[in-house]
Amino acid sequence: MNRISVRKTHKLYIGGDFPRSESGRTFRDGEAEHAIEASRASRKDLRNAVVAARKAQPGWAAAPPFLRSQILYRAAEMVESRAESIAASLATAPGTSEKSALAETHATADLLVHYAGWCDKYQSIFSSVNPVSGPFFNFSVPEPVGVVGLVAPAAPGLLGLATALAPALAGGNTAILLAAPGHAATALAFAEALATSDLPGGVANILTGLRDELLPHFASHMDIDSLIVHNTTRDQRVAIQTAAADSLKRLTFPEPGRDTPPPYDILNLQEIKTTWHPVAS
Amino acid sequence: MSWLTLFSIALPYDRWKRLRSLQGAARLPSDFHLIPLQIRWIEFSAVMNQASSRFPDLSALPPVDAIGIDERVRRAQTRSLKGKVKLDALHLAVTMLDVTTLEGADTPGKVRRLCAKALHPMPGDLSIGPAAAVCVYPRLVKTAAEAVADSTVRVASVATGFPSGQTALKDRLSETRQAVRDGATEIDMVISRGLFLAGRHRAVFDEIVRTKEACGDAHIKVILETGELQTLDNVRKASEIAMAAGADFIKTSTGKVQPAATLNVTLVMLEAIRDFHERTGRMVGMKPAGGISNAKLALQYLVLVRETLGPAWLNPEWFRFGASSLTNDLLMQISKQREGRYPSIDYFSQD
Repeated sequence: MNRISVRKTHKLYIGGDFPRSESGRTFRDGEAEHAIEASRASRKDLRNAVVAARKAQPGWAAAPPFLRSQILYRAAEMVESRAESIAASLATAPGTSEKSALAETHATADLLVHYAGWCDKYQSIFSSVNPVSGPFFNFSVPEPVGVVGLVAPAAPGLLGLATALAPALAGGNTAILLAAPGHAATALAFAEALATSDLPGGVANILTGLRDELLPHFASHMDIDSLIVHNTTRDQRVAIQTAAADSLKRLTFPEPGRDTPPPYDILNLQEIKTTWHPVAS
Repeated sequence: MSWLTLFSIALPYDRWKRLRSLQGAARLPSDFHLIPLQIRWIEFSAVMNQASSRFPDLSALPPVDAIGIDERVRRAQTRSLKGKVKLDALHLAVTMLDVTTLEGADTPGKVRRLCAKALHPMPGDLSIGPAAAVCVYPRLVKTAAEAVADSTVRVASVATGFPSGQTALKDRLSETRQAVRDGATEIDMVISRGLFLAGRHRAVFDEIVRTKEACGDAHIKVILETGELQTLDNVRKASEIAMAAGADFIKTSTGKVQPAATLNVTLVMLEAIRDFHERTGRMVGMKPAGGISNAKLALQYLVLVRETLGPAWLNPEWFRFGASSLTNDLLMQISKQREGRYPSIDYFSQD
């Protein structure tokens, strides 16, 4: 007897849950026979994701770095154990073979392990004790900026997501990640791995939808502290900078192929706090 | 034979006691015993008639249709307020706020901060607010009254052994009188849920009458604490008792018990208010309190009020929100409507 396969509804990942878009809308994502109906996140879904991320942020930032490390490692485990199914959805993207998709999935797991290692180390690299003239013990330490918006690169489909997300999470930020066009299914598969990796709800949120519709809201949202947008044109950058000016967001527009190497990508999402502590002279 | 013995013969003892407890409310003259017997008898009958007409016939109440309530609430929740209507409703909701702080850790400083927020919810923008009232514990009434003097913001005080109401009646009454003396113009009293659940509805009624008397000119809001009343039928009964006893407002909850205000109990109470108004012509106000923390929910309450009671109730004189964290969410939504971008809590004063 032929079995009727269980069809999947492609949803969003917000606050640890997998809701449909509150708007009920979907959009066709992907090419030809591999295209899926993905949830089309609205500005209200973005708002909900920011609320979830804001709520989760203090707890995640206060978690011991070693715990963050363990959780990222666990995420790597989950990607590894689901490698084949993640690779299968990745392979539906144009120009990706099954073999290269599996290799990219493994590279993603490796990348997560790499950043798991950074969780309790970048602080030492970027902290300093500063010489000052006066009876003060003066030192600087990095602190997470808070809630960050990440607009994923168009390629690579999976590794791009992880490259955007891992430095933010390792540094104690919470994130809202917008998947690139054509990669909604992959982003959702990645979200499912994250959801089973002890990551507290709201720390990572993944949206699928139309970039042009959501970008202005990412830019103008007063409660997003930093925004990294891949693959932008000059006009887009100007529009984002204009909309983001009121909130004093930190904006980054990475150029393709010129990624910031770790741990400087972690530093990019940190504020440096300097403390003047009086000492007896 | 004194008049007292005469009546003792004429009346069963419990009715006599009931009369005694109502004496204040029914305003028996203090020189009662000096009035000739015949006249006294006439007055006495009038009091009894008044008392029995005031205490509601609870057996005549229709049972609450819980599924129907659910359905109507669900329908009200799907109403979509947009654009100018939404902005107006948000502004209205701010003016309906009883800005509340009821913590053991409340200090005069915190109360003054709260009063400042009630007076000017959004500093620099006079089109928003002021809130209807500040709601505090009796000890802090003086501080609050000083802070909001010469403004339209009123001072509400919880009294009567808030939140449990499990202290002696005389203490509750003296607490009420003290709060009014200190400057409270509204008293939020709690009913004795213990008495109510034990079936002693009449005693609950009497206590409300006595407390209202102690309030003098101050408005009285009667907190039913619906989270402890178990059923919607009980909510309806308690509403009837409170309104008949003279409540100016009926209020859902103290905010200290879960569940606090819900749309369902609010609708039951609104319907009780509607029926009471049809029957007696007296308007009674409504105050849901506790658990209303976001603007969207607040607007749904306004929809319920508009559709159950009509526009006459849609003002701070007849409808209030008891809330502490709702203020900032309303302000944030107003800012969103005006500026078209999502706001951050960092730009609003924390209280």
